[in-house]
Amino acid sequence: MTRTHLSVAAAILLLALPFAPVPDFWITQLNYIGLFSLVVLGLVLLTGVGGLTSFGQAAFAGVGAYATAYLSTTLGLSPWLGLVAGLAITLVLALVIGLLTLRMSGHYLPLATICWCLALFYLVGNLEALGKYDGLLGLPAITLGDFSFQSERRIYWLIWLAALLAALGVTRLLDSRPGRIMRALNTNRGGGATMPEAMGASTFRYKLTMFVIAALLASVSGWLYAHMQRSVNPSPFGIKFGIEYLFMAVLGGIGTVGGAFTGAALVKLAEDQLKVWLPLVFGGSGNYEIIVFGVALVLVLRFAPDGLWPLIARWLPAKAQRMVDESAPALSARQHPERGAPLLDVRAIRKTFGGLVAVNDISFVIRAGDIVGLIGPNGAGKSTTFNLVSGVLPLTSGEVELLGQRVDGRSSREIARAGLSRTFQHVKLVPDMTVLENVALGTYLRTKTGTLRAMLGLNAAEEAQARAEAMRQLRRIGLETQAHELAGNLALGPQRLVEIARALASDPSLLLLDEPAAGLRHKEKEALAEVLKQLKAEGLSLLLVEHDMDFVMKLTDRIVVMEFGRWLMEGTPAEVQASPAVRAAYLGADE
Amino acid sequence: MDLTIAAILGLDGLTNGAIYALVALALVLVFSVTRIIFIPQGEFVAFGALTLASLQMGKVPGTVWPLVMLVVAGAVLDGVQAVRERWSLQRIAMRVVTAVTPPLMIAGITKQIASQQPPLFVQVLLTLALVTAMGPLLYRLAYRALSAASVLTLLIVSVGVHFALTGLGLVFFGAEGYRTPAFWEARFDVGPLSLTGQTLIIFGASVALIVALFVFFERTLAGKALKATSVNRTGARLMGISGDAAGSLSFTLAAFIGALSGLLISPSTTIYYDTGFLIGLKGFVAAVFGGLASFPMALAGAIGVGLIESFGSFWASAFKEVIVFTVILPILLWRSFVDPHHEEH
Repeated sequence: MTRTHLSVAAAILLLALPFAPVPDFWITQLNYIGLFSLVVLGLVLLTGVGGLTSFGQAAFAGVGAYATAYLSTTLGLSPWLGLVAGLAITLVLALVIGLLTLRMSGHYLPLATICWCLALFYLVGNLEALGKYDGLLGLPAITLGDFSFQSERRIYWLIWLAALLAALGVTRLLDSRPGRIMRALNTNRGGGATMPEAMGASTFRYKLTMFVIAALLASVSGWLYAHMQRSVNPSPFGIKFGIEYLFMAVLGGIGTVGGAFTGAALVKLAEDQLKVWLPLVFGGSGNYEIIVFGVALVLVLRFAPDGLWPLIARWLPAKAQRMVDESAPALSARQHPERGAPLLDVRAIRKTFGGLVAVNDISFVIRAGDIVGLIGPNGAGKSTTFNLVSGVLPLTSGEVELLGQRVDGRSSREIARAGLSRTFQHVKLVPDMTVLENVALGTYLRTKTGTLRAMLGLNAAEEAQARAEAMRQLRRIGLETQAHELAGNLALGPQRLVEIARALASDPSLLLLDEPAAGLRHKEKEALAEVLKQLKAEGLSLLLVEHDMDFVMKLTDRIVVMEFGRWLMEGTPAEVQASPAVRAAYLGADE
Repeated sequence: MDLTIAAILGLDGLTNGAIYALVALALVLVFSVTRIIFIPQGEFVAFGALTLASLQMGKVPGTVWPLVMLVVAGAVLDGVQAVRERWSLQRIAMRVVTAVTPPLMIAGITKQIASQQPPLFVQVLLTLALVTAMGPLLYRLAYRALSAASVLTLLIVSVGVHFALTGLGLVFFGAEGYRTPAFWEARFDVGPLSLTGQTLIIFGASVALIVALFVFFERTLAGKALKATSVNRTGARLMGISGDAAGSLSFTLAAFIGALSGLLISPSTTIYYDTGFLIGLKGFVAAVFGGLASFPMALAGAIGVGLIESFGSFWASAFKEVIVFTVILPILLWRSFVDPHHEEH
């Protein structure tokens, strides 16, 4: 039995539960747990996967609840219209907040969501039309044809259907083209924007997408809540609940779908118990449970940052390993230039940092099929040159032409689209994705599946193609046997090779390698050299920034030497080796 | 609205702005040194105000018990560490003398003399001491072990600490709100404005604190060490500045500033156990105006928040909070242009 079978069995069991003689009390509890899980699933995506967070999820639930409450009571419209209206308003609000904050450092989003959650709470609490702090009463039940979801046992189906579908959607999303980018974004786990951008993805767009999905899930939860309670008031949508949702996500295990349900269930059950016992301890009444939650939150982050789900998951059967169907049709390939045709033309590029000229009017040309090395002593400006060419840093002046197309001043995303791919000196793999998934990330620009398509599971054919392509590239570098290993478990040498495979998966016309041999052991260097030699034989064009002279000399056709940001010389490896100027640059001048 | 009303509202806004400025300064200080977004700063404000209110009524303030709890928890953690790392007796003695004894003494003295209603000056000193002592203990208990964690994790921890402190506030101070009498009942008429002694004290104390902070950062070794840590934590460590000590010191300062803000605000606003959260967040809106990094900009932001609040409550009093917290959106829009995004190195 695999994890998938177990999930399906659990889902069927949950949906069949109202037929069983389960006491109403437990149905009510499960209703709340389902509603909370729906919100927490959004946070799993946003916080656990994306490394962003929001304390305003309760407010989005409030938008969903109040939209339907107003439309169905004051205007007497159908709850289904209320759902649509709630989602539409939530969408607009989430877009506005996301557009304002997501271009800046990660901590602006949570601060903005705290503020907007408070603002919305006071706004709703003071609006006559929304019943001020008393709220709106007498909401109709949701009906579908003649079937009314009035009773707790019936709305249970809607709630759990929504929660399970959301779980399915999020699971599918994470295992797809957009999901791979989302998983690469988490700065808490060593991710960030640079790598996904270099693979051609707009990281801003994906952050915004995750925030919007999380907000919409919360909004649906609010809609269901409103029609379950048949009334709304501002208090369940205040900042206290916003924080509690995050607590559920952290406690259950941030970043896992199972954790969302675990956290929601634990917090709901614990809260009920604490509400009974704590007033007996402290006397009087009040939200004493927040003390326990607050302390527990600090303790969980300190001692079990992955939450409680991993403890449960240990007892479950392992996830089924998805096979790769290598007979899937190949992804579309780029029209590569003829051997010897001009590929990259760098003309007098310059970069200054304040008064320091880091790169001083460097020019060189790479033709298709060339293997060019860029060398120089420490501080010569090699890496800066590399970053200028790949679009990570903006140029101060100069021109870069890739395949006849001016790319200077373009973002690394656009340069990737134009046919350049790269690796990173400090390896940027997603450690908790498999090697195969990491390489499949490289196919981003050759595939099309969007977020919605992935959530609906309509991407199977393209996904098979992407995985087959990833497998092909792994075979090319000789790592196919480790395809299903987690990338974080590999040593540095194989990780560097995986980076090359990922770059190759984008079918580049030019491959840029940033110090590929740095930090490698002798055997690892030999393996790397073998791979590069083979790529050279296949006619791939390479620009290699490297420190290791021996390595460069053996591999390259031509070498550009830099010193103090300036162009020192260009020539064949033999010419460079013979040059007194180069020797002087590396070893100091002969006196 | 005529000019007189505008002037009165303006003065009101400046007075509130001065309090938010203190909160914002503490937030910027803590964030720049430790990368912690310190949501519970407002709790220090509320605890300061409520502690003084209890003392004025001759009651033992509710702050005493959480303080003792923090000391005990801290001592237990230190004890575990001492056993594990086999601390020398001398080191254990040092730790007891510096970290355990002072807060317990403050708590003890307060408990002893609270019922005798000591003079106002002593009450103020006790309040400042009680709340300030909580700062380093909170850092020790909640944050120190996580000093290498991401900003996001630290923020979530902050939210946990906020929850715990608010709940403890409810337990030990009760749900009732308090307001203390003004420190100085004098009134001065300046044209249409009537300045109260309390307003002058607020301005005076805020300016004095800002000047003191400036001197601290520019002229003292401890201040320079904090500044160095905020510029480059690793670099500062290599120069022998302990990141933990810097964190602890910044929390001590933040708690002190919070307690002081609480004393200043309590004669003009009724403070409940959970009022601090909103005050702290208004400080955040101000601090975000300076990108959580610039003290002068945070000051300007605080004055802005104070003014928006007072004019907002004149035009639409029910929507005062809505207006203040919605202001963060245009501020963020503006910041996103000022602060092009740097995520990685």
